[in-house]
Amino acid sequence: MKIRVLVAKVGLDGHDRGAKVLARFLRDAGFEVIYTGLHRTPQEVARAAVDEDVDVVGVSLLSGAHIPLVPRIIQYIREYGGNPDEMLIVVGGTIPHDDFPKLRDAGVDGIFIPGTPISEIIKFIKEKLPEKKKGGK
Amino acid sequence: MNVEEIVEGVTKGNRKLLAKAISYVENEHPNSKEILRRLYPRTGNAHVVGITGFPGVGKSTIVSKLTEEFRRRGKSVGIVAVDPSSPFTGGALLGDRLRLEGADVSKNLWLDEKVFFRSMGSRGRLGGIAKKTGDVVKLLDSAKYEIILVETVGAGQSEVGVLEVADTVVVILMPETGDDIQVNKAGILEIGDIFVINKADLGGAENVERWIKYMLSLDEETVMELSKLSHAEESRLMERLRWKKPVLKTIADRGVGIKELANEIEKHYEVLKKNGVLQKKRNERAKISAIEIAIEEIRAEIVRRYKSLLDGEIDPYTVADKIVKEVLRC
Repeated sequence: MKIRVLVAKVGLDGHDRGAKVLARFLRDAGFEVIYTGLHRTPQEVARAAVDEDVDVVGVSLLSGAHIPLVPRIIQYIREYGGNPDEMLIVVGGTIPHDDFPKLRDAGVDGIFIPGTPISEIIKFIKEKLPEKKKGGK
Repeated sequence: MNVEEIVEGVTKGNRKLLAKAISYVENEHPNSKEILRRLYPRTGNAHVVGITGFPGVGKSTIVSKLTEEFRRRGKSVGIVAVDPSSPFTGGALLGDRLRLEGADVSKNLWLDEKVFFRSMGSRGRLGGIAKKTGDVVKLLDSAKYEIILVETVGAGQSEVGVLEVADTVVVILMPETGDDIQVNKAGILEIGDIFVINKADLGGAENVERWIKYMLSLDEETVMELSKLSHAEESRLMERLRWKKPVLKTIADRGVGIKELANEIEKHYEVLKKNGVLQKKRNERAKISAIEIAIEEIRAEIVRRYKSLLDGEIDPYTVADKIVKEVLRC
């Protein structure tokens, strides 16, 4: 079964080089990658995650607005009938270490800060997704 | 999730279950055929519109604008957008959804309850659509989406697969993509019911328009001439003349020409319905998909049943003869 990944940019953040590079690498790792483009709202990202039936939602943030935005995406996925407990939710970008626990509490599975080798992200998805799917069922 | 649950969910407009049903079909889940079988009687109400053209001509932008226009006309819109899968890794970058207009403009198509957008990888199929695109269209149809837009992979000259699923085919062109010889080649330009020259604000749009119109006028002449010679192809060719193929100019990102395009799409559907071609097309398609499904199952069975014969030393022609003889006997 193909792994489907949504790569999302959310809020007032115009920096998408990282998201695009990641999307490209994930493609080469054999995933089907849907890129949302810039300036999406949490609702839009959540709706896309449900309608596209993705296995992984990856949110890229370089704006510092991860605390208000990311938990909302998860909340809306639930609201739209999706099950974030069966999906892998990962966040990448400039996330201060102090904020990690808050994101983890909100349901984020993985946090990747600048400098993370992409192979590590791919390894994370391949290892954690089957566990998460099993847990959610 | 069982078949019952999914069928009922799709019928009742549950997006999450429609999304799951599409995944089942795409992944050829063992339940997918039963799901499609149960939903099939509910299909046939949607107008399926294929949107095709070279990469970068503006297919996704036109899809977004058309969606907005049809929503304005009160119609629900389902979209299946296909992008190529890698022949090496099977991976794909599905980059059509991002053209769909969201919160940054007046109408948010991402959150519109009457819009359903699904991205698909072509997954090894050539021809511009995925093997399962037709079945995904059926799911959207059974979920009562009234207009279904099928956006193909950026198509070259011979990707005419969209014919297998669309009632109306819109071919998008843009300036500076070739000369009058290019537009008279067989293939993609033969399948258009409506031609659109997008990016019409760029220089050279008039040339493309002139060449396409010239090409279409030759269509008419050849039909007339050929009809004097043979009767076999005549009726098929004449059928094509019952609809005068329009050539439109658009500047999609500014919304110019979109209303006119939507008008022509609706007009074409009415003509298809009135002259009986729609029903004929759909019957033909149902026949073809039955054959395809049967062949696929037979292929899998052959691989299972004749494994030792296939792995043996005999030449492929003799092996094939043996298998065919046995398969057709039972």
